[in-house]
Amino acid sequence: MTLVMRRMEKLIGMVLLVGVLASAVTVLAGGSIFLWRHGSDVVHYRIFRGEPSDLRSLAGIWDDMKRGSGRGLIQLGLIFLVAVQLIRVALTGLLFLLSRDKSFVIITALVLGLLTYALFFAGRG
Amino acid sequence: MTTAPFLLLVAAGSCAAGAVGALTGMGGGIILVPMLVLVFHVEMHYAAGASLIAVIATSSGAAAAYLSEGYTNLRLGMFLQLPCIAGGIGGALLAAVVPVPALFMVFGLVLLFSGYLSFRRKEESERDRPSDRLALRLGLESSYPVLGGWRRYRVYRVIPSFLLMSVAGVLSGLLGIGSGAVNVLAMDQVMRLPYKVSTTTSNFMIGITAAASAGVYLNDGFIDPGLTLPVMLGVFGGAVVGAKVLMFVNAKPLRVLFSAIVLLMALEMIYKGATR
Repeated sequence: MTLVMRRMEKLIGMVLLVGVLASAVTVLAGGSIFLWRHGSDVVHYRIFRGEPSDLRSLAGIWDDMKRGSGRGLIQLGLIFLVAVQLIRVALTGLLFLLSRDKSFVIITALVLGLLTYALFFAGRG
Repeated sequence: MTTAPFLLLVAAGSCAAGAVGALTGMGGGIILVPMLVLVFHVEMHYAAGASLIAVIATSSGAAAAYLSEGYTNLRLGMFLQLPCIAGGIGGALLAAVVPVPALFMVFGLVLLFSGYLSFRRKEESERDRPSDRLALRLGLESSYPVLGGWRRYRVYRVIPSFLLMSVAGVLSGLLGIGSGAVNVLAMDQVMRLPYKVSTTTSNFMIGITAAASAGVYLNDGFIDPGLTLPVMLGVFGGAVVGAKVLMFVNAKPLRVLFSAIVLLMALEMIYKGATR
């Protein structure tokens, strides 16, 4: 294994760690607000109702968060976590690009394309 | 139950699931979903949504630790990611339309199968045969750290594993489990990689597959913040501990422990699916 590869692996590891921590802190902050307001509510997960539409999309989550909604902030932390996956695929692609590994650049680009499609376009919305 | 104690209990359970998930490369979801459904009476779709988040958190946390140890085969992981992520999107779309008792049954069968596989495997090797031609052309061979240096390994049966990975992806998206069991099956049993290379590479992959499914789940309203909170934080904590422990433990007792847990839950899921 080359030195560049080793370094890139370390970098991807770092990005993962930082991303997960940022996401965990956001979820924790949102969770504190959520608990403060709803800590004594009764839980309701036995029947599936589906989330309200504001918690299903990026724009809705962003609006919720600006209103100081704990739930919105938790969902934002989750979006961070998902975004980290996008970044890690992109960085792995960069690693292959740096080592002039043509077939793997293509494979990684395809994976990145599928992931982007799933995050922004798939599902009933 | 009110929210505060519910969150605490779910967080504690998730922590345990995260540790086992990281130790076995299964991502925790395969234990988390039945736990949420059977113990906490959470509806299946919500459980699958929460579990996907847990899978992403485990995979990221553990992959951060493993990458710097040198077990993970990035090339192989990215190559197998292709069918896996495509299946992951398809499975997540299916989850919205498949009836719940059927989900229970499929889940139970997947659990049984995973338990059986991790129990059955022996450490026999066929490593004196050269690698598949395709594996050589793609440069999938690599080496992993052993006591006092690096040991090279070969890679067999690339095409069957590639196909098996699309099944892994569909199951991951359908059940919210991260499909680590099938990943490890393909790499450990079919491609004949060393066990720790299989589990760490699987761990690297499942977060990406789960992220694709999570995008679909979010749009379909399966992901509830009140569940994401305890599950994500609990599992992440458990995964960090599990990943550190992996460096010091022998793989064999792990398999036995994992099989036992999985067998119990499989039977209960199948029973629930059948009696609904």
